[in-house]
Amino acid sequence: MPSHDVLVIGAGLAGQRAALAAAEQGVSVGIVSKVHPVRSHSNAAQGGINAALNPDDTWESHAFDTVKGSDYLGDQDAIEIMAREAPEEILHMEHLGVTFHRNEEGKLGTRAFGGASAARTYYVADITGQAIMHVLYEQLMKYSEQITRYEEWFSSSLAIDENGECCGIVTRNVADGSMELFQAKSVILATGGSGQIWKPTTNALICTGDGIAMAYRAGAKLMDMEMIQYHPTTLAGKGFLITEGARGEGALLLNKNGERFMEKYAPNKMELASRDVVSRAEQTEINEGRGFPDGTVALDITVVPKKRIHEALREIVLVGRDFAGVDITREPIHIKPGNHYTMGGVKTDTEGRTDIPGLYAAGEVACVSVHGGNRLGANSLLDTLIFGKHSGRDAAARALRTDWSKPSGKVLEDEQAMVDDINGREKGSGRRVSEIKLELGQTMDSKVAVFRDEAGITEALETVRRLQEEAKTAYIDDHGSVFNQDLMGAIELGYMLDCAEASCVGALERKESRGAQYRTDYPERNDEEWLKHINLEKTDEGPEISYSEVTITQWQPEARTY
Amino acid sequence: MAEYTIKVRRYQPESGEAAYWEEFGVELDPSLSVLDGLLQAKDRDDGSLAVRCSCRAAICGSCGMKINGQSGLGCQTQIGEAQERADKVASAVGGAAEGNVIVIEPMGNMPVIKDLVTDMESTHWTKIRRVTPWLLPHGEAPEREYIVEPESMVDITQSMACIQCGACVSSCLSMEADPLFIGPAALAKAYRFVGDPRDAETSERLTDLAHDPHGIYDCTHCFSCVDACPKGVAPMDQIMRLRRKAGENGIEDPNSGHSHEMAFVNIIEKKGTLDESLLLQESFAPGVLGKLMPTKRALKEMIGSLPTAIRGIKTGKMRSLPKLIPGVHHKLPGGAQDEVKAIYKHAEEHNEEFNLYIKGEEGDPEAAVEERLEPDNADYLPTGADKEASNG
Repeated sequence: MPSHDVLVIGAGLAGQRAALAAAEQGVSVGIVSKVHPVRSHSNAAQGGINAALNPDDTWESHAFDTVKGSDYLGDQDAIEIMAREAPEEILHMEHLGVTFHRNEEGKLGTRAFGGASAARTYYVADITGQAIMHVLYEQLMKYSEQITRYEEWFSSSLAIDENGECCGIVTRNVADGSMELFQAKSVILATGGSGQIWKPTTNALICTGDGIAMAYRAGAKLMDMEMIQYHPTTLAGKGFLITEGARGEGALLLNKNGERFMEKYAPNKMELASRDVVSRAEQTEINEGRGFPDGTVALDITVVPKKRIHEALREIVLVGRDFAGVDITREPIHIKPGNHYTMGGVKTDTEGRTDIPGLYAAGEVACVSVHGGNRLGANSLLDTLIFGKHSGRDAAARALRTDWSKPSGKVLEDEQAMVDDINGREKGSGRRVSEIKLELGQTMDSKVAVFRDEAGITEALETVRRLQEEAKTAYIDDHGSVFNQDLMGAIELGYMLDCAEASCVGALERKESRGAQYRTDYPERNDEEWLKHINLEKTDEGPEISYSEVTITQWQPEARTY
Repeated sequence: MAEYTIKVRRYQPESGEAAYWEEFGVELDPSLSVLDGLLQAKDRDDGSLAVRCSCRAAICGSCGMKINGQSGLGCQTQIGEAQERADKVASAVGGAAEGNVIVIEPMGNMPVIKDLVTDMESTHWTKIRRVTPWLLPHGEAPEREYIVEPESMVDITQSMACIQCGACVSSCLSMEADPLFIGPAALAKAYRFVGDPRDAETSERLTDLAHDPHGIYDCTHCFSCVDACPKGVAPMDQIMRLRRKAGENGIEDPNSGHSHEMAFVNIIEKKGTLDESLLLQESFAPGVLGKLMPTKRALKEMIGSLPTAIRGIKTGKMRSLPKLIPGVHHKLPGGAQDEVKAIYKHAEEHNEEFNLYIKGEEGDPEAAVEERLEPDNADYLPTGADKEASNG
């Protein structure tokens, strides 16, 4: 049985940072990822990473912007840690080799981003996530003796011992289909969000909520699963992301009459208000007939000097050209709000610890919570690095003081039986997995999106529960061992449905409008009743709801305007 | 919506059967991608069709494949365009203009695991690790950031833009001939460190890559990788930068790659066309007819490569024997040689690197013109051209 002091599942930014932080403590580390690490979705983070590194800026200002951006649902102790440690982390990444943009003096230069009171976003053109992730992967290759990489291993279950502590995982080697039990003293989930529940989404096909569902099934609490970010600038239909950096560079949002409509909704910050605010503004324009016939508004990047576009927004030039047939240097591009980010996730403390001893979570899979009701742009990369680091260190410290606990072989038998069951379903025994995924995505995007109400969410929840039943008999075509993506897709569908159920239950429960959760039937924020986190725990009857306090250190809730 | 037929090279390793072709009918908007077509076939017809994919937006690098023989990303190639290309190919060989199929194969120069899934670990990633792919700074890191020229970061951002999809490796003709060639992706990765002012091992890296018989001088300038790269990394350009830096650093490579390149440059500057009788000697012992004497090593290597020259004559690659007699080579008529020299002078004065992060898209003449017309724009971003010019 392969065994490591610390096992990390997922190899995006959070996972790779956690693995490196754990290895620094001298423990043996394994990092397991269902795709090759550089395929991870952290790649897609284009715009940059926030830090109050400039001498004129303060971490308190960054923290306050984040608190305000979260609509006061973020936990301020966690936000303080993130904002305070951000500058050091940026410098650490720079020292490792990230090719951050420089100003004329050769020092790190910044760009402006949404919801921020200073230009504190550090960046590499518009490939910031990719650049940082590839540099971290360079480090994984460098430290290959301390960190074993399991590339293309699909994890399906957590092993919990008789004391209720996490002691390993069951994972499948994609290349040959062999199922194995891996032993560990600490397990860190870094599997990303659950965006594939929505269709369209900016999220990659691999973002199927694996870690959220695995933790939930093992008994960990989920938190604030109703908080789902719709990004203001995505391509209609395909869901591709246009970075907020475009607006940071000066691009304008216009309705079909050519009006810069953000004047009405956020007269001070305009296009650079918080994402939830901008997405609602766009959706309102579209709903009230001031959008284009394809259900969009326009993003005009032509106002940015061409030279600057090529240097700072080249990825967007390519996205426009390849996926929309638009030359963004010459004409506006049509965009709309689209599913983008899971603010909720597995409930953790500031060291990444979940409710299950030995189980950690970091990055989008986790809910620390630094993003609360709405994440600020360029705070997600920061979240992955800061809490990846904390999780890695604490997981290593735990491993150093903990004895080995041998996982029971039963968990492997159960997983093998689950796989055999899926493999045994013949064509026609039920629906195709792909059909169920499509119905799920369309349902969520129409009922649990920018604007929500009780009737719609209830309808979505009923659909999800029907799909959960249908998934039990859904069939696949591939019954082989080698690279069986069909089988993995069926398992992922189960993860997605668990996450979707949690998001619906949370959205139904929160009877107020805060951050990304806008209830047309409860249009006001209600601090008296709802300044609290919604926790969900798995039972046979579905998610059981409880609440936890929001940690407030120095910023009392105020009215939120931009 | 339009209907397309995609013809996929399939291989199911557990079936015991050899690779085979299978056609799928798909129906989608022409602006959607070849990958969308494959996923539709997978969703509707056959879930066992294996293809790595994730982001669908040309950023994760999973879906490298060959489409109508051209290496690239499935998600970045619009299916309507792929059909046009298939039609063009068919009509070029006299086939029917209608009913042509879009041909999809796994990437080349790599073993196939299943259908379109290739073994990148044993080829691509092994080669990447070959170039010591991590930063090697000297001494303690500074308290704050390293202070570097802003242009230097823009310069290496082009190779940082690499998403490790393998399309360049798939298309590399040198690697077909020499599977040990380090290859376009790994050498582009190497430039990312060689060009990085924070890296302290520049000379060691260049020496290593120049001395390796499968290193920087193994590239034949065929441009296939430049065509294949979905991200504008232009791996061949990065290889040429490595060669130039090796030359500037005075690295003597046992392959005599640098002096061979310089031989072409010098002969043509002098004679206007290639005097093959001088090529061998100029490559290994430059200046032998002038004031310099060849080193022993150069003489040894020159003699060592005589069999290659003889093979060239025997196989008819070199057809005109008089060409080998020194002094026989004709000169350019009239003042033409002065024009050649003028071209050299112009090239030296306009020594600019092509970097997409600075210049914009290829084939965007207007951008180039605007750049020339608006020098005042320079306050926005110093162009990398100045820097490169000083690099030689």
